[in-house]
Amino acid sequence: MIKLENVNKYFGEHHVLKDINLEVKEGEKLVIIGPSGSGKSTTVRCMNFLEEPTSGKVFVDGEELTQKNKIDLIRRTSAMVFQSFNLYPHKTVLENLTLAPIKLQKVPKEEAIKKARKYLAIVGLSEKENVYPTTLSGGQQQRVAIARALATEQKIILFDEPTSALDPETVQEVLDVMIKLSKENITMVVVTHEMGFARMVADRVIFMDDGRIVEEGKPEHFFENPTEERTKLFLSKILR
Amino acid sequence: MKSSNPFALWRWEKMFGQWQMFGEGFLRTIEVAALAIILALVLGVVFGVISTSNNKILRGIARVYVEFFQNTPLVIQVFFMYNGLAIAGLRLSVFTIGVLGVGIYHGAYVSEVVKAGIHSIPVGQVEAAKSQGFTYVQYMRYIILPQTIKIILPPLTNQAVNLIKNTSVLAMISGFDLMYMADSWASSSLDYGPSYIFAGLLYFLLCFPLATWARKYEERLKKNDSTHLPFDAAEEAITC
Repeated sequence: MIKLENVNKYFGEHHVLKDINLEVKEGEKLVIIGPSGSGKSTTVRCMNFLEEPTSGKVFVDGEELTQKNKIDLIRRTSAMVFQSFNLYPHKTVLENLTLAPIKLQKVPKEEAIKKARKYLAIVGLSEKENVYPTTLSGGQQQRVAIARALATEQKIILFDEPTSALDPETVQEVLDVMIKLSKENITMVVVTHEMGFARMVADRVIFMDDGRIVEEGKPEHFFENPTEERTKLFLSKILR
Repeated sequence: MKSSNPFALWRWEKMFGQWQMFGEGFLRTIEVAALAIILALVLGVVFGVISTSNNKILRGIARVYVEFFQNTPLVIQVFFMYNGLAIAGLRLSVFTIGVLGVGIYHGAYVSEVVKAGIHSIPVGQVEAAKSQGFTYVQYMRYIILPQTIKIILPPLTNQAVNLIKNTSVLAMISGFDLMYMADSWASSSLDYGPSYIFAGLLYFLLCFPLATWARKYEERLKKNDSTHLPFDAAEEAITC
């Protein structure tokens, strides 16, 4: 579903991704962990060309992602949930969900609203459809952002540290929604620091450090019996 | 024996006997200003948007437009259209020159206002829009520009005020606007005092409510909202 081939990324002199090779299968839940600055966010942002790799190739749904086709290909295949929610503040919750379907996917308005309500119900915010995002708590905003991603009914949802900007007490409500999603046949790539979540939903975990993939494996292997010293060190710090 | 005081009552009486002349000029000024504001807004939005695009050539064109019209006197631009173009065979009515001259001149300032407004929108908004597959023009239209309106309304209104005052440049090419009418009356009747004061008052009646509204709106915005305002008063004061 997504494939990165020898992806390198430089920010100026800074080499942030070093020869990343990675494949995500359809329906797979891939969790990427690692210390900050390890390149995990950049990796996931290369998957929809929010960052264009300096070299290497990205394939999405069998097609190579290029500057030329990125808008069209992304519009048909993937959605993203951001650390800082990035809801559209001038639109109501419902309009946040229907904007892309109506304007980009040409879904009739009535149908788009119907779908939007369905996804708002899934994230448990049906009663908030007519309010503006800034009146909601962080956790609620992020659940709306997830509903917005769902409303475009894409095969892939990319999550870039979806709980990192939240108050501790609202993290769980967002994770609960994501756990619910993980039961569906959606391809999910999640960059996160939530190890409990990773262990529960991941089909595969990737550990990145200093722009490289250090280790990958099933969560059981990964959390209980990691091979690499660097992974052990990281886990020992993060799992108390 | 009439008093020779320049503000003597009889001078006022004589002038108000000619109120139709002032009325015509006042109407002409309003017409020119209204059309020029529309032109300035259209130019300002177009050039403001392209000056934030990734295309270097488009940005260059916007830059040249802004710098040229901001750094040459409006009078020269108007004289050029009136005399220069006429020699080249293009004869425009003074009304058209008024609308084009003042509109294009203020379009350059509006463009800078729009640009600053766009820059004040958090980058996450563009990223969210891109991740959904919006094109540049689409996200400007549906997501970015609607959010800037609230922020740029006060500086835009100040531009409108400046524009209204600057239509008085038409007096120099016999534009039959308020300033021209006042000046004609003043020089034919020698009632300079009442004539200029009355014309000034009419300009004030147009501009003061707008300027006051803009100031109040901006104060309210600052009080109620955490929106970052990209404009400060000092910066606005020098914009023409």
